[in-house]
Amino acid sequence: MIPTLLLVSVVVFLTIRLIPGDVIALMVAQHPQASIGGQQIDVEAIRQALGMDVPVPVQYVRWVGDMLRGDLGTSLWTGRSVMEDVLFKLPITFELGLMAFIIAQLVALPIGLYSAIRQDTAGDYFGRSFAIICLAVPSFWLGTMVMVLPSIWWTWAPSPVYIPFKEDPLANLGQFLIPAALLGMAMAGTTMRMLRTTMLEVLRQDYVRTAWSKGLTERVVIIRHALRNALIPVVTIISGQIGIMIGGAVIIEQIFSLPGMGRLFLDAITRRDYPFVCGINMLFATVGLIIILITDLSYAYLDPRIRYR
Amino acid sequence: MSDTKDRLPGEIKEPKRRSLLADFFIRLVREKPLGIVGGVIVLLLLLTAIFADLLAPYGYNEIILADRLAPPSAKHLLGADNVGRDLLSRLIYGARISMYVGLGASAINVIFATLIGLTSGYLGGKFDIIVQRFVDAMLSFPMLIIVITLMNLIGTGIVQVIIVLGIWGGILWIRVVRSAVIAIKENVYLEAARSIGCPTGSILNRHILPNIMPVMIIIFTVSMAGNILGEASLSFLGFGIPPPVPSWGGMLSSEGRTFMYEAPWLAIWPGLALSIVVYGISMWGDAVRDLLDPRLRGGVGSYRRAKMKKAG
Repeated sequence: MIPTLLLVSVVVFLTIRLIPGDVIALMVAQHPQASIGGQQIDVEAIRQALGMDVPVPVQYVRWVGDMLRGDLGTSLWTGRSVMEDVLFKLPITFELGLMAFIIAQLVALPIGLYSAIRQDTAGDYFGRSFAIICLAVPSFWLGTMVMVLPSIWWTWAPSPVYIPFKEDPLANLGQFLIPAALLGMAMAGTTMRMLRTTMLEVLRQDYVRTAWSKGLTERVVIIRHALRNALIPVVTIISGQIGIMIGGAVIIEQIFSLPGMGRLFLDAITRRDYPFVCGINMLFATVGLIIILITDLSYAYLDPRIRYR
Repeated sequence: MSDTKDRLPGEIKEPKRRSLLADFFIRLVREKPLGIVGGVIVLLLLLTAIFADLLAPYGYNEIILADRLAPPSAKHLLGADNVGRDLLSRLIYGARISMYVGLGASAINVIFATLIGLTSGYLGGKFDIIVQRFVDAMLSFPMLIIVITLMNLIGTGIVQVIIVLGIWGGILWIRVVRSAVIAIKENVYLEAARSIGCPTGSILNRHILPNIMPVMIIIFTVSMAGNILGEASLSFLGFGIPPPVPSWGGMLSSEGRTFMYEAPWLAIWPGLALSIVVYGISMWGDAVRDLLDPRLRGGVGSYRRAKMKKAG
């Protein structure tokens, strides 16, 4: 994981420096009024603020050193530390993501399982169509519809301002429910389909037939014998979906005006605040790597043959 | 095989051989009705995109100020937007954008993934390890975040969208190509080719490439829906294709969401078009994958047939 993380940091670091055209000139052109510490901004000032007045390898080592001390960089325009802003916004995105994840699994696992054990019944066809709809309908369209249609039909609209959890827990959860369900949709669709496929494969294995012939009840055969073995590829797919979900959160937060990481990222990128963007990218990539690690560890729990010593 | 009885002993009947393509379509019709629905939707998208100039009643940027926010009527079948552009015409031209991105980015996906996956899988060794580390690193980024960053750095526009989605998506598919290559690499005929001194270039070209063709086709069809959705998401957030070019995602966010209460049709139709197209392409892609993937052949994909055989 450490070498990969190093490679990630090199990629993040180089993306901005390898781009054709002078990014700094662009930044100056876009923000003629901007200033750093009251001083009118020019190319040299930004070069210094970005630490670009020293050779590239030195810049890289400096940047990584800062990060190891927990400093993700400083915003070019607000002068605030990236870490500070991130810590403030992260809980919102985390809450959204966690709720989306839970909703997605609560919907997907039972339906996927049912689809597999009652293959080719009406319920199965219904479940499969539902999964495909979840995948095909873009969340940003459905999100817009959720805002438009109820307001036309029943003059109801989701709250336009963010309600913090500390102020009103119930209203906060209620506010997050619809965005989270929309965000979880794609993940639910993928999980359902994958679970159905792997369950069908597992249910045709010899040991499942043995379990049936021992006279075990359906519940025991499905849950204890089949499901656990079918879950490994599903877990892989789910962890792969988390990256997609972080991307989806950017869109959902934009639609429902939730002030989370996604909004923070979009604001930073429209301002062309590159130290900020680098910091956020690095953070997300680290989260991605941690998720991959957790996934690998969970295999050991699901499959006793894989044990890490 | 009842007719073999009428033949003279010693005369062996050649099994009837259909061309691969014919075989593919016959199986498609027999086993994948939803795949056909998907195929029809894909075909409709392509035709709409190709003949957009003939189908659209107005130009995509033809402004009729008198018809601002006009509701659906005989003049504007789906209504008009805030500056009086015909929504139906813009949707039809939008199909063209989706087609460009779908075909273009998916083609780059396939080419990029094949070039890197093929060399990395076949050569192995240090090169392979370095490439795989690199892919690992790339996989840890959330797709949309990194794509937005890249789009912001190189600027918006359709060519940029195609390149960014194409190359980034290609990186994600490298592993699939690589594992297909590794599975083929150990075959005896490749050893034979190597032992008679076939140069590496022609081994890759003549012996491996044709064998991973199904994988390449699968990557192309499966990635297409994702690329179209990716472009729509980018344009929705304002990092994709700039107005006035009608991208479905962009239409939904700019005109659609600004006037969603006064003129809901502006938000409804682009999203609906997008949903139908993505649904169709996914169905088509699934069917193609099930029919071409040798791992699924006679496996999960054909359970129903296997069951019918058992019953019958």
